[in-house]
Amino acid sequence: MTTPLLRIDGLTKAYPGVVANDDVSFSIGRGAVHALLGENGAGKSTLVKMVYGLVRPDSGAMTFEGKPFAPNNPQEARASGIAMVFQHFSLFEALDVAENVALGMENPPPMRALAARIREVSETYGLPLTPERLVGDLSAGERQRVEIIRCLLQDPQLLIMDEPTSVLTPQEVEILFETLRKLQSEGTSILYISHKLEEIRALCDSATILRLGKVVGSADPKTTSAGELAAMMVGQELKVPTARDHTLGDVALEIKDLSVASPGAFGTSLRNVSLSLRKGEVLGIGGVAGNGQDELLGALSGEIRAPAASILLEGDRIGQLGPVARRGLGLLAAPEERLGHAAAPGMSLIENGALSGWLRRDLVSRKLVDWKKARTFAEEIIETFDVRTPGPGVAARALSGGNLQKFVVGREILQKPDVFIVNQPTWGVDASAAAAIRQALLDLAAKGAAVLVISQDLDELMEISTSFAALNEGRLSPVRSAEGLTVEEIGLMMGGAHGMEVAHV
Amino acid sequence: MIRLEQRAAPSRVWAYLTPLVAVLATMVAGGALFAALGTDPVAAIRTIFWDPVFGEFAFYYRGQLLVKAGPLILIAVGLALGFKAGIWNIGAEGQYIIGAICGAAVGLAFYPMEARWLIFPLMVVAGALGGFLWAMIPGVLRTKFNTNEILVSLLLVYVAEQILAWMALGPLRNPEGAGFPGSRNLRQYESAANNELIAGSGMHWGVVAAFVAVIFAYILLSKHLTGFHIRLTGESPRAARFAGVNPTRLVLFCLGVSGALAGLAGLFEVAGPSGQISIDFNVGYGFTAIIVAFLGRLHPVGILLAGLLMALTYIGGEAAQATLGLPAAAIQAFQGMLLFFLLGFDVLTNFRVRFGRRAMV
Repeated sequence: MTTPLLRIDGLTKAYPGVVANDDVSFSIGRGAVHALLGENGAGKSTLVKMVYGLVRPDSGAMTFEGKPFAPNNPQEARASGIAMVFQHFSLFEALDVAENVALGMENPPPMRALAARIREVSETYGLPLTPERLVGDLSAGERQRVEIIRCLLQDPQLLIMDEPTSVLTPQEVEILFETLRKLQSEGTSILYISHKLEEIRALCDSATILRLGKVVGSADPKTTSAGELAAMMVGQELKVPTARDHTLGDVALEIKDLSVASPGAFGTSLRNVSLSLRKGEVLGIGGVAGNGQDELLGALSGEIRAPAASILLEGDRIGQLGPVARRGLGLLAAPEERLGHAAAPGMSLIENGALSGWLRRDLVSRKLVDWKKARTFAEEIIETFDVRTPGPGVAARALSGGNLQKFVVGREILQKPDVFIVNQPTWGVDASAAAAIRQALLDLAAKGAAVLVISQDLDELMEISTSFAALNEGRLSPVRSAEGLTVEEIGLMMGGAHGMEVAHV
Repeated sequence: MIRLEQRAAPSRVWAYLTPLVAVLATMVAGGALFAALGTDPVAAIRTIFWDPVFGEFAFYYRGQLLVKAGPLILIAVGLALGFKAGIWNIGAEGQYIIGAICGAAVGLAFYPMEARWLIFPLMVVAGALGGFLWAMIPGVLRTKFNTNEILVSLLLVYVAEQILAWMALGPLRNPEGAGFPGSRNLRQYESAANNELIAGSGMHWGVVAAFVAVIFAYILLSKHLTGFHIRLTGESPRAARFAGVNPTRLVLFCLGVSGALAGLAGLFEVAGPSGQISIDFNVGYGFTAIIVAFLGRLHPVGILLAGLLMALTYIGGEAAQATLGLPAAAIQAFQGMLLFFLLGFDVLTNFRVRFGRRAMV
């Protein structure tokens, strides 16, 4: 057990504009469960793709079982004894379990033999699964078992699991953990990727923490507290705001015990979310992507209808109102997805300006759109927010992400909202434009608007928020003042130390 | 190696050019088809495209042009509204039949009363209402139960055909028709007839309605908020929801309008060129209008031109059958090619063709 199974030495991978992995080194021992921990975009996926042969590193080296290891493709990685279970499954719903497993194999045995093998492996590792069932009828957890069994049939030395619990129910998580422990006891190493701290503490022996593509630390998760892990993941250099001169007005928006089901199959439903937002306040909502951010924005913009009394605007019940009615009352929103949600890709900036702006900017009279006025509005957004475009007649999809972001945020701000909800306001925007957008949000609040910013960029939230809360699995942590907030506290709010659903086995 | 590269913005030139290129390609491929059947391709193409307008018997064919183009345009304009929003009413043929039955039934109910000022307008309303209600079936099923409007509207065509046969043989049969199937001839009933407005021109109220529909659809799509929402929904349903478009209302609106227009087309046809409800009253206008809508790029003015072009291939096709002895199936294949080529060349609007290999990034 002296030589590690896999050793990674100085791996670097750069994509245009971003260094996904910068000089990453660590090693995994035989029979160890090693966690790769980091926020979204920290570089975890790129790293494992290099190990699995999907991406080739720019520099650096790997050794596997003491031999140099540089897989050109996943087949080579598999041949060396590495298997991977992806976050998104690649299964055919119309085929049964055994057929799906056979599809992933280089030389599949006859169906009956394979079915027997599947049954055997599924019994050995406590993964209940019937080979004859159609994948289309299986739950997410059962589908994952298909993928795991597909990997186990190769007898891997190293099993990579990318965010395996994101689609599982708590019971399924428990079963999965049992299986992984059993594998570990038989000497299989596991590289476990997650951002869920409690899971990692329950399962892993060692952890490497990535932030912005770099290794920022390693820890023994069994002895390190979730707060400490979060602090490493989030970064120590987080600037916490000093006392800001803010005079808060009356409550503008109140959410009371809001629960809505997610419209999407893989979405996160909101559960008993409550908060109140005052005039002049900037409430930052943090949390890892996919924990109910889209749903919260949808419920507030009016795209998802909620019980009338669960959302109050200036004391009026608006939960049942649609987006247009809410705009009329001064509640505006800017969704995260610019193309295809905030803006229609094939339509011009003039049309996209009118998309949400027609009511408050008076672009429609007697049901007819005044396209001249709409053009003036689009030009005003372009001018005020420095949107780089040949002209307002250009289709939205021709703009760069950052420029379109400036356009869609600017479109809402220029409508003078009383309450403004924005999801990921500066995602993919360059530093100077991001600063301009943040300043615009602060100015809006200074003029007395209530602003709710949903973001995964904690630095950003700390820079502009007066108060802070975090979404986790569709639940909102208690809101607290951003002043004096410590990194550890933020980590706990994000990691969901409240009502943690993963079983502590 | 040939690759397709998406354009940042759709090419305007190609957007206007593709219908022309498609027509030309159809002529070439169709010519080859006719040649393979042993007919002189040049003569065949000339018979289809040239003779009906400029040939010896053009005086007869020109009137037919509007008679055929009218219902095609009227139906296609309605369908285009839905198609633009991604709502697929494939059952215009059924709505056309039901509109004709409802309109004709109202007219026949008044027979032999003489009151054109009352009866004809009532028939128009009944025709539109019939088509509207028939289209509401897929509309309501989709909005309430999330059924597929393509299937429901299409299958309702066959139901409508059965109702048509029943009507022609039963309730609406001409009591003085010596037992033959088919209703009284509405053209011989002054108060209900939709006759030519100018003799020999082919212009009847249905053609007028088609022109009016083109103008209204143009204004709706380019200026009206609802038209904007229709286009927005087609471009990006999620952005439309964010904008505040109510999908249920939009589905019902688009299906309702296209159904009502198809019903109107049926009424004008039954009271005019066809004259009576008969078992074989419908001749496929509702299906051909789908081709017309796409050939006209879902644009009202384009549909106007496409409707005329399609009517031309119909008339020319019939002429080619009569004079050159081409089989009817060949003419249908020819019309199908038109849509096929149009959709094929459509790719050029949004994609650029690149030749040769480029280094993989």
